[in-house]
Amino acid sequence: MTPGGWINLILSVGFVTGLLSWCLWRMLTCAPESKSLAHVEPVEKDEADER
Amino acid sequence: MARPIEAWTSRAGVILAVAGSAVGLGNFLRFPGLAAQYGGGAFMIAYFVSLLIIGIPICWSEWTLGRLGGRLGFHSTPGIYHVLIRRPWGKYLGVIGFVVPVMIYMYYVYVEAWCLGYALNAINGELTKPGVNVGEFFARFTGLNEDGVAIQFGLRDVGLFVLIAFVLNFFFIYRGISRGIEKVCVYAMPALIGIALIILVRVLTLGTPDASKPEQSLVNGLGYMWNPGDVRAGLLNPQLWLAAAGQIFFSLSVGFGVIITYASYLRKNDDVVLSGLTATAANEFCEVGLGGLITVPAAFVFLGAAGVAGQGTFGLGFNVLPEVFARMPGGQLFASAFFILLFLAAITSSLSMLQPGIAFLEEGLGIQRKASVALLGFITAIGALFVWYFSKDLKALDTIDFWVGTVLIFVQGTILVIVFGWILGVDRGIAEAHRGSLLRIPDIFKPVIKYVSPVFLLGIFVMFLLQKILGWNFQLGAEADFSPTAYVMDLLPGGSNVARASLLLIGLMLIFSVVLINVSGKRWAQRKLLTWEDEP
Repeated sequence: MTPGGWINLILSVGFVTGLLSWCLWRMLTCAPESKSLAHVEPVEKDEADER
Repeated sequence: MARPIEAWTSRAGVILAVAGSAVGLGNFLRFPGLAAQYGGGAFMIAYFVSLLIIGIPICWSEWTLGRLGGRLGFHSTPGIYHVLIRRPWGKYLGVIGFVVPVMIYMYYVYVEAWCLGYALNAINGELTKPGVNVGEFFARFTGLNEDGVAIQFGLRDVGLFVLIAFVLNFFFIYRGISRGIEKVCVYAMPALIGIALIILVRVLTLGTPDASKPEQSLVNGLGYMWNPGDVRAGLLNPQLWLAAAGQIFFSLSVGFGVIITYASYLRKNDDVVLSGLTATAANEFCEVGLGGLITVPAAFVFLGAAGVAGQGTFGLGFNVLPEVFARMPGGQLFASAFFILLFLAAITSSLSMLQPGIAFLEEGLGIQRKASVALLGFITAIGALFVWYFSKDLKALDTIDFWVGTVLIFVQGTILVIVFGWILGVDRGIAEAHRGSLLRIPDIFKPVIKYVSPVFLLGIFVMFLLQKILGWNFQLGAEADFSPTAYVMDLLPGGSNVARASLLLIGLMLIFSVVLINVSGKRWAQRKLLTWEDEP
């Protein structure tokens, strides 16, 4: 493994790990989702065919 | 009584579902092979440039179009294009968005069955027992040597696993968006990442297993993959750009017709920008962060460069890695874990390929879930049986994968980014994307989506056709060579009957789909179409 290889590996893996971590952090710190009952699917098995 | 509306139950659910659709065998098998083949430095530069120019822009475009289409009452690509374009021909632009996922499923479920079968054979020690000939095992298991021989149902045959995989997929797809797809992905994706991390730790602690071969060390294995090589020469190589851009495009599953359908089940103010970026980031983490550190280094440590060089996706996954696990301490356990990981990656992807078909059959033909599942099951069963029977040299699989899983996806992706940037209009598109968004799209992406992405994608597509069909070696003058590839030669007299039959199947599927869209259009013409300004 050359120094260039280490730099390449660290930058590439670091970038994707950092991007995912940042996205997850943004997700967790944003406003909570609002729930709307209007879109809830039927929970009864015999209504499955209604979908 | 109003029909209940299908929808995701949480932001995490849709992100995991889209990530599940994207994360597949390619993340762990194709990407590492390409990066090693082209030299890690230049390849990664081209890879990340492609991520910024086509991957993320097309991803945002597709999420936005999908959510907008869903808000306007449609969930399939033909339906969404019908309501967005508002011309008689609009819905036909979406025909590929139906054909591509349905036909990819036909062979993908076969590969998924390999993963499941390999997982079981790894668990019972068949893959790692002393003296096992992995090449023979693969050939026998998949029917590589002769048509029709794969239709057997023993534990060392693929047949039983094809049936299990097929039934499992339709069981979950029948349960719908939240109780089927979302529930599977919410468990499968964290499990997949957890297994991958365990295998990663195993690989990174391999050291130098064979003291008589000190050059075959883990660090040298990482170097084989990540050492930059001649970066300048690499960046001037059009084949490298083709490979990198192609890998980004197919890895993210953009333009398949899947994300647009998945996003259509979002509510009108659900975020698409941060969610799309998160799903993309999850795919890239699995590909670069996990796949890039597991497959090639592990293969190098036990088999050396010769064992890795020139291996394609299937060769790496089903020939090289079983060999690696057979030599690895605790190899049976890690082989089992690895093929379970591949199966989880495959099933979360295959499920996503069924939903666009279900959505179109339901809204186009006005049939209920039971009927649409049965009809789609019938259609895909014919195709899967075709691929399963004509297994010699995987000719049927390879032919459909090329023409549908590659060529048509390039076409569909280009159509999608043009619809977003030019027909809907990039300003309206970005405004729609920002509706309820948790992140603003940087302004630089406006000209990128409108001008750069379509041109870059078309350029890559043309290069792809020149290489893969005309066989051009990208040299000019006296050194130029055109050797039409097997994909063309197979279709000519003296070529392959199976390849021709596969093309016939694709043609029939396209014609059938156009007829269905025509019928659907008549139904949709009777509906009052909601407009951009309507609030449903």
